Amino acid sequence: MDLFSRMLGSRESSSKNIAKERLRLVLVHDRSNISPQLLESLKEDMVDVITNYMEIDRNNMEVNLSSDDNSVTLVANIPVIKLKRLSVSNRGL
Amino acid sequence: MGETIVITSGKGGVGKTTTTANIGTALASMGYKVVLIDTDIGLRNLDVVMGLENRIVFDLVDVANGNCRLKQALIKDKRFENLVLLPAAQTKDKTAVTPEQLKELCDQLREEFDYVLLDCPAGIEQGFRNAIAGADWGIVVTTPEVSAVRDADRIIGLLEASELRNPKLIINRLRPSMVKRGDMMDINDMIDILAVDLLGVVPEDEMIVVSTNKGEPVVLDKNSLAGQAYRNIAKRITGGDVPLINLEEEHGFVNKLKKLFSFKN
Repeated sequence: MDLFSRMLGSRESSSKNIAKERLRLVLVHDRSNISPQLLESLKEDMVDVITNYMEIDRNNMEVNLSSDDNSVTLVANIPVIKLKRLSVSNRGL
Repeated sequence: MGETIVITSGKGGVGKTTTTANIGTALASMGYKVVLIDTDIGLRNLDVVMGLENRIVFDLVDVANGNCRLKQALIKDKRFENLVLLPAAQTKDKTAVTPEQLKELCDQLREEFDYVLLDCPAGIEQGFRNAIAGADWGIVVTTPEVSAVRDADRIIGLLEASELRNPKLIINRLRPSMVKRGDMMDINDMIDILAVDLLGVVPEDEMIVVSTNKGEPVVLDKNSLAGQAYRNIAKRITGGDVPLINLEEEHGFVNKLKKLFSFKN
């Protein structure tokens, strides 16, 4: 019984670990006062700016807040498809 | 000068009122002069948990509005004469009193009592603002659930923003058997996530339901594990150094036998 329960307890998918992971994520958002909608609109604005300079893969980009110990970091992972040639007219945009 | 402590949680139904009643009764049983204030105007319940619902004449709103003297509204407990309750009004709403009135009331009460315990309503609106206004520090009650811990985190942030530094955590309704099989967050998980000091852990206990049915706080039941946990919490509030109850072991007959024959540690 003891061994059995220990095996259950150490499983990655035990519901306690799911609870902790979900809490961790939800608290990162709560504590930084940034709602999912706000993050989404930030993402849109970033896309607008970046596409002036390069072609990016919108469907596979990720923008998330992550936390380590006491700080929150904005992590953007944006695949670049093609770089634009930087000309004077581009800069002017 | 007494201490005023607010018992809060954000989420409803995690045990604020039960915690207030039991800590208050435990402190009174230790000889301290204690007043319990139910600040949940419109949804009062501390009176029924204490078994004092039939003695209410005046309430918090009457006191705040000067309809009666403070002394007239304080209901003496059945068991301890050094324990009194100031009930909430049932027919008004949270806006019937202001944070300033609560603060003034707490300052008045702390002149006479060793401990002023404020039972806070659920939520973060005016009821919460009222309850924390006169408090020196806060106790945050949570259960080992995602929703309750999330709300506790929010409340801790709001308490600190209101200059109530270093709130202390009570983990309520912990089920050791579920923790053991990995289906419930354990004490350390919650302490890590919330980053606050732990005041105590109260195990799930059917005796809470029984005692609430009767209107007798469970701390009066010497055989209840939850009662023991609340007595320990009261001792810690008064500065005592009491270790957590070991909830790992089952409290069945076989284990009691085992305990009897094992060495004392």
